Amino acid sequence: MKKELIELRVNGRAHELAVEPSELLLDVLRRELQLTGSKRGCDDSSCGACTVLVNGVPMLACTMLAGSCQSEDHEITTIEGVAEHGALNAIQKAYGEWGGAQCGYCTPGFIMTVKALLAHNPEPTDEDIRHALSGNLCRCTGYTQMFQAVKAAVEAEQKGLAAGR
Amino acid sequence: MSQFSVIGKPVALIDSAEKTTGSGKYADDLSLPGMLIGKILHSPLPHARIKRIDSSRALAVEGVVCVVIGEDAPNKYGILPVGHDETALAVDKVRYVGDNIACVCAVSESVAEQALELIEVEYEPLPAYFDPEVSMAADSHLIHEHKSHNIEKEYHHVFGDPDRGFAEADHVAEARFIANEVTHAAMEPHSTLAVFQPDPQTGVNNRLTVWSSTQVPYYLQHKLSIVLEMPMSQIRVIKPLVGGGFGGKSEVIPLEIIAAVAARKAVAPVKITYTREEVFWAHRGRPRTIIDLKTGIKNDGRITAVGGKVIQDGGAYCSYGVVTILYSGALLGALYDIPNIRYDGFRVLTNKPACGAMRGHGTVNVRFAFESQLDELALKIGMDPAEIRRRNLLKPPCITVNGLRVQSYGLPECIEQVVRRSGWEKRRGKLGRGRGLGLGCSHYVSGAANSIIRSDMPHSTVNIKIDRDGGVVVYTGASEIGQGSDTMVAQIVAEGLGCKLGRVKVVAADTDLTPIDIGSYSSRVTFMNGNAALRAAEEVKRQIVFAAAKKMGCAPEDVVMRADVVTRRGGPQPEAIAAALVPKSETTVAGRVEGQILRGSVQQKRKEEGPRDWLSFEEAVVAAIDFHGALSGSGSYAPPPEARGGKHKGAGVGPSPAYSYAAQVAEVSVDEETGQVTVHKVWAAHDCGRALNPVSVEGQVIGSVWMGLGQALQEEMVWKDGLLINPGLLEYRSPSAVESPEVESIIVESIDPEGPFGAKEASEGSLAATIPAIANAIYDAVGVRMHEAPFTPERVLAALRAQNLTSRRVDMTEHVNPTAPARFREHGGSLWHKGRGPARHELDPSRTSVK
Repeated sequence: MKKELIELRVNGRAHELAVEPSELLLDVLRRELQLTGSKRGCDDSSCGACTVLVNGVPMLACTMLAGSCQSEDHEITTIEGVAEHGALNAIQKAYGEWGGAQCGYCTPGFIMTVKALLAHNPEPTDEDIRHALSGNLCRCTGYTQMFQAVKAAVEAEQKGLAAGR
Repeated sequence: MSQFSVIGKPVALIDSAEKTTGSGKYADDLSLPGMLIGKILHSPLPHARIKRIDSSRALAVEGVVCVVIGEDAPNKYGILPVGHDETALAVDKVRYVGDNIACVCAVSESVAEQALELIEVEYEPLPAYFDPEVSMAADSHLIHEHKSHNIEKEYHHVFGDPDRGFAEADHVAEARFIANEVTHAAMEPHSTLAVFQPDPQTGVNNRLTVWSSTQVPYYLQHKLSIVLEMPMSQIRVIKPLVGGGFGGKSEVIPLEIIAAVAARKAVAPVKITYTREEVFWAHRGRPRTIIDLKTGIKNDGRITAVGGKVIQDGGAYCSYGVVTILYSGALLGALYDIPNIRYDGFRVLTNKPACGAMRGHGTVNVRFAFESQLDELALKIGMDPAEIRRRNLLKPPCITVNGLRVQSYGLPECIEQVVRRSGWEKRRGKLGRGRGLGLGCSHYVSGAANSIIRSDMPHSTVNIKIDRDGGVVVYTGASEIGQGSDTMVAQIVAEGLGCKLGRVKVVAADTDLTPIDIGSYSSRVTFMNGNAALRAAEEVKRQIVFAAAKKMGCAPEDVVMRADVVTRRGGPQPEAIAAALVPKSETTVAGRVEGQILRGSVQQKRKEEGPRDWLSFEEAVVAAIDFHGALSGSGSYAPPPEARGGKHKGAGVGPSPAYSYAAQVAEVSVDEETGQVTVHKVWAAHDCGRALNPVSVEGQVIGSVWMGLGQALQEEMVWKDGLLINPGLLEYRSPSAVESPEVESIIVESIDPEGPFGAKEASEGSLAATIPAIANAIYDAVGVRMHEAPFTPERVLAALRAQNLTSRRVDMTEHVNPTAPARFREHGGSLWHKGRGPARHELDPSRTSVK
C-alpha cells in the first residue's frame, strides 16, 4: 500500500510521518517514533496494554488508525509523556511503592487509565477504581496492590506531594 | 530495633521506575538496523504427514528475504534430556493444530504476512488423538513412533503399605476429579530478536546474540547450541525485561530457535513476536488432569493411606511432562503426614499443543482433588475441616515416606491465622444457604534439589565487583520476570555488606556477563540465587573487614558493617553516623571523589592521625582495594545431598532444600438460579520462611491466589477436535478488576535453617490452595461437591440439579455432534485457519465413535 504523509502530535511535539493508511496508531508509535512504552498484549483490544490518551480520553492504540488521529484536533499522550519535569508522577511513584507493577508489561496501560480516571474524578470510590481498571488486564498482581497504589496516589495528590508543586 | 537494616522492609522493585515510565525495554521493544520481521506458518491439521512444502511463490514477493523450513534446523531438542522430541519447524510430521511449519523473513510484518499465504503445503492427514484415555488405547499412527500407546511416561510408586493402610481405615472415600487445561497467558507475548555478528578477529559471521523473553537464558543457550551445532561460547543470550512468565517461558519456545535459524539464513537480524493467538498455541500450560483419588482415614481423623491414579493430557511433545507427572505424585507427600501412598501416573501424548510447567507445577490439580476429598472425609466423621488438617501435620524435622526432607514447617501457623482472621469457627456453616466458607492448604518447593541436567554444577553462582567509586555491581544469572528477583539479590547483597540498597547495581541474565544460574522456575531464585548472592557478599565483606580492621586498629571479628558505615564493636552506632553523614556527603561529592577515591589513599594516610573510630563505606572499600589490590567475590549454591531425596525411579523430582506452606479460607456465595459462584474474600496465609521484601511477598501471594481463582471459576482452554475454541484474552476469561475479590495476605515466617536469612519461596505455593478452598466453600454454601474445575455456572448448575433431583443431571455436551464444524470463526487476524476446519482421517477415533 502506498504511504501517506500524516502529522501526529504526541506528548506535546508534532511529528510528520509517512505511513500506510492501514497502519495502526500503536505500530506507528512503537516503530516510527520508538515510543515503545505502549505495549501490544493482544490483537483484539481485549487487554488494554496499549492504552494512550487522545485528548485526555483513554483509547486503545491497537485499534485506531494512525491516520485518524492527526494533529489538527488530536493531542496524544503516551506513557512517555506522563513523568512530570523529569520526576515520577504520583501515580507512577505509588505503583512502584505499592507493588502495583510486577512484570510491568501492563503497567503503562494501567497508568494511562488511572491518569484519565483521576483527571475527571479526583476522589474515586473503591467501586469507581475497580470499574475504571476493568478494561485493563493484569496477570501478575491480582489487582489488590494496584487499588492500594491508586488510593495512595490520590492521597499524595491531595496532600500536594505530587512532583512540581 | 530489627537486626536487619535492608531486608524485611517493604521496598519498591529496583526496576519499578523503568516499568512505570515505559522506558524499560522488553524483547519486542528492541530493534536493530536492517532488522527483518519473521512470521510463522502454522499447521491447520492436528496430525498429518507433510508431503511437500513449496515456498517459491512466497520467495518471489518483493521484500521477502528468506523462508525457513524444518530441514534448515533438523536437530531435535527439548527442555528435558529425556524428552528431545521437538524440532523448531516440523520435519516430516505436524502433531497439533498450530505446529510450526515455515517462517518467512521479510522487510516488514505486512510483507511477511502476505508471503505466508503463498506457501503451499501438501499434507497427508493421519488419525488424531484428543482424549488421553482414547490416546492410551492407540496402537497405530502413534504421535511419536518410539512412544507406544502414546504414553510419554508412566510411573508406579508405592511407599509404605497402602493395602494395609486402606484395610485399617474406618472410612474410605473414592472419586474422580478432573481439572481442565489452563494456560499462563502472560501479558507479554513471546518475542525473540536474533543476530549473527562477525567474529571480531576472523570476520567469520559466527557470533550469535539473542534477546529473548525467557525465564531460562542458560537453557536457551544450551538448546541453541544443539540445534545450530555451535559451541555455547559463541552464543550470547540476553534477557531483557520479561513481561511475566508463570512457567510459559521456562523452556525453549519454537520461535526462539526459529529466529536464530532465520537470522543465520537471512544474514540479517530477525525478530519474531507471537500474536496473542500464537501464544495460546505455543501454550506449555497446565495439562487437563484426570485424578482417581482414594483416601482412607481413621475415626480420629488420621490419614491411613492415599492412592492416586493421575492421567495428564500432555499434548504433542514431552516438554516438562515427565517432571509434571512426577511432581503430581511426589508432592502428595510433604504437606501432611501420610504413612502409605500408592501413585500411578500417566503422562499421555495427544494431538494438541504441548503442556509444560505452569505456576505450582504438577501439584495444583492433585491438590484440588486431595483437599476436596479430605473435606469430604472430615464431614463424614463430623470433624471440623481445620481440625482434620491439624491431626495430620508433619513433625519436622523429618523425612516423609517418599523421601522428602522437611525442616521449617509453617503450616500449623498458617492454618491458625486464616481460621482466626476469617472467623472460621463462628461463621462456617452459619452464613445461610447460598453462602459459605472453605479451607484449603498447599505447599511448594523452593527450587528443585536436582537440576534437570544431571551434573554436580552449582545451581546458582553470583559475582560481586566493587570499585573505588563505592558502587557495588552484582552479576547474577537470575532471571527477573516480574517476581522481583533483581531486587531480592540487591537486598541480600546490601544486607550482607551492610551498605545501602541504592549502592547496589544488578547486572542480570546475560550469558556473556553473568555466571550460570539455571533460571527462574520451580520458585528457586530466592533460595538458591539468594544463597549464592549472600555467599558472594560474605566473601567481599571478609576482604573489606580485614582492611578496615587495620585502619581502625581492631580485630577483624570486631568490625561491624551496617547502614553504609563501618565501625568497630563498642564504637559509635553506625546508624547515628549514617544519619549525620547524609547532608555532608551530598554537598561534597566532588571533593570526596578527588580527595579519597582518585588520588588514592597515600595522601589520605598522611592526613590521618592514628586509627579511626569509623569509616564510611567508600573509605573502607578504598582501604580494601589498596590492601588486596582488587575487590571482588563469588558465591555459589548447590542443594545439600541430604535434601536430594530417595533412590527410587523418579525420586529426583519433588525433593527441595525447603518447602513453602500455605493455608487459605475462601468466602463464596452461589446463585442457585444461575450457578454463578462469587468469591467475596480470600484469607491467604503463606509461610515464606522470612519475608525479605514484604510488599513483594504479599504481591506474589495475592497474584497466586488470583491465578488460582481464575482456574477455579472461569479459566479453561476449550478444545474442539484439537482446535482451541478460545485463543484470545476476551474468550480465555481471566478475572478482571471487577471480578477480583479482596485477598488478605498473611505472612508467616518460619525462618528456614538453610534459606538466605531464612527465606523460602513465595510465588507459587499459594496457588494450589485456592481451588480446593473455593470448592469446599461451595460445598459449605449449597452442599454440592464439585469434581471438575473450573466451577463454571454450567457445572455448578448441573451439580445442583443432580443434588435436588428436581430434574435429571444436565450434561451440556450430551447429544452434541462432535464432528468438526464446517467453518471456523476467524479470530483476531488468524493466519492459518482460513475458514476451514481440520480435515479428519477416516480412521480418526473420534470420528469412528460417532454413529
